[in-house]
Amino acid sequence: MNTTPDLAVPDPQFPIVLGLDTFGDVTRDEHGQLLSHAQAIRNLVEQGVQAEAVGLDFFGIGEHHTPDIPLSAADVVLSAIAARTERIRLGSAVTVLSSDDPVRVFQRYSTLNAVSNGRAEVILGRGSSVDSFPLFGYDLQDYEELFDEKTNLFAELLKGGPVTWHGNTRAALVDQDVVPHLESGPFPAWIGVGGSPQSVIRAARYGFSLMLAIIGGSPQRFAPFSQLFGQALQQLSQPARPVGIHSPGHVAHTDEQAFEEFWPHYLAMIRQVSKTRGFRTPTKESFTREIGPDGALYVGSPETVAQKIAANMTTLGATRFDLKYGMGGLSHDKLMSNIELFGTKVAPRVRELLG
Amino acid sequence: MISAAHTLPSPRLAVLGAGRVGATLARVAAEAGLEVSIAASGDPAAIALIAQVLAPGAEPRWAADAVRDADVVVLAIPLHRFPAFDPGLVAGKIVVDAMNYWPPIDGVQEMFDDDRYGSSEIVARRLAGSTVVKAFNHIGYHELESERLPPGAPDRRSLGVAGDDPMAVASVSAIVERIGYDVVAMDSLRAGRAFEPGGPVFGAALSRDEFALAVRQAAAA
Ligand SMILES: NC(=O)c1ccc[n+]([C@@H]2O[C@H](COP(=O)([O-])OP(=O)(O)OC[C@H]3O[C@@H](n4cnc5c(N)ncnc54)[C@H](OP(=O)(O)O)[C@@H]3O)[C@@H](O)[C@H]2O)c1
Repeated sequence: MNTTPDLAVPDPQFPIVLGLDTFGDVTRDEHGQLLSHAQAIRNLVEQGVQAEAVGLDFFGIGEHHTPDIPLSAADVVLSAIAARTERIRLGSAVTVLSSDDPVRVFQRYSTLNAVSNGRAEVILGRGSSVDSFPLFGYDLQDYEELFDEKTNLFAELLKGGPVTWHGNTRAALVDQDVVPHLESGPFPAWIGVGGSPQSVIRAARYGFSLMLAIIGGSPQRFAPFSQLFGQALQQLSQPARPVGIHSPGHVAHTDEQAFEEFWPHYLAMIRQVSKTRGFRTPTKESFTREIGPDGALYVGSPETVAQKIAANMTTLGATRFDLKYGMGGLSHDKLMSNIELFGTKVAPRVRELLG
Repeated sequence: MISAAHTLPSPRLAVLGAGRVGATLARVAAEAGLEVSIAASGDPAAIALIAQVLAPGAEPRWAADAVRDADVVVLAIPLHRFPAFDPGLVAGKIVVDAMNYWPPIDGVQEMFDDDRYGSSEIVARRLAGSTVVKAFNHIGYHELESERLPPGAPDRRSLGVAGDDPMAVASVSAIVERIGYDVVAMDSLRAGRAFEPGGPVFGAALSRDEFALAVRQAAAA
């Protein structure tokens, strides 16, 4: 109990996983016109197919409920991608479990797992938007209880077999067979954590892997969370589990190009969000810090981004990195180019750097 | 005021809340050499690992025990848990209110849905037996750790400390100073409204002069 925690060390038993996450923001066409929701969703399918073509390991889609981010049913899109791919793993990033029904989430992703021949995953979390709470009639003030109970139930469902469960946030289940059955054990499930120590402990307690969502500030400050996770798993007699990093970014041929493509849209997005949430709007200086070695954004040439990913995976003891690509306003073409560079240049370089 | 604050004996701190803010605050306070205990809503065993890894040096305790032995208590709990918080627990203590009322993130709350008062004034009215000081609410929990600088450093960031009781403001200011920030003290909780979400200093990295100017301009507007 009283030993000082070891530095976070990547666990060699887990393979390196490099993937992409997106929220599926509505993009613009070459004339600057916003695409329809339907077209943006069809483009997203193409992006997922491209991710496999360039050799990436994972493609994830978030959950949002707004006109500029209309991706509210990730599993349906993932299923379309599954039908056109063979190898890439497909998952949510994240599923807002607290405002969903764990039984339905399990059913949808178990179905995706069947469709994709065992390639489904989920990342469960809060995300940074709260639109799903009023939409589905949940009270944000119940957040902790909702998340705690529902992750508990989800962990039970993942074990397979009939489930018995009681709680305050959903009807009880008694010896309930929930279908479709898993074919070969549980699919990978992660908890996305943005800084809450309780969430780290919860992930360890229920046997989930840990996805560190690092969207601002120094990534190094998350090292104690990896340690906390490792020690909690040990204390709870759970087997070791991998740690991943999810962070936003954009890759282009050069650092300058990536900066110029990304910065105006990033600024516009934060301006928009800060109107309702009271965030500070970034300045060019603060943005430059965020894309530097001590910031959370991965914006630059393949070499710049690869170096930063490898360094932070090492510091945080992570074996997985998901680049959250795409930002409202970036065109489909730029996103396709980002995906290609990430798959063909960044990912091999990160593997090389990690040895 | 700041030099006077330095002559006060080192206060013992109890941090209520072992989440993002509570764990970070306990860590930086312990690193500043203060005697710190930390408590969540229940058994300290539940937060032992959090304290050990994230706030080494801070002792996990039951809230009542932590408060009894403390001079200053920090409230770092979600605001929606505050209506059920027992005022008797902290009676007679200096209570630092680090909480925010931020409806877009946390939802609307009846007790605080009153724009005639700042959230800390409402907290103070309910904690009538305590001396409430507003501080630490306007800085992100991760910055609280990463932006500390020694006294006199050119870019040292300033944090606000507001309260109706000058002695309490002085003790809390001394703690803020020791953790690694300059202080802009305000002489009422009412003035502390300037620290609230959406206000001129919320989330902003400002020097002492910039901070003082920002709150003055906001008050004049
Ligand atoms: N996040 C930020 O950057 C930031 C910055 C400045 C201020 N704030 C404010 O600080 C407060 C805490 O935020 P947070 O993000 O740290 O929340 P959090 O991560 O959800 O943590 C809340 C903590 O409070 C504990 N708690 C709840 N009720 C309690 C009680 N009655 N007595 C003792 N402990 C209790 C919880 O313990 P249990 O698990 O036992 O319930 C938990 O450890 C909020 O009011 C927020 O507005 C946040």
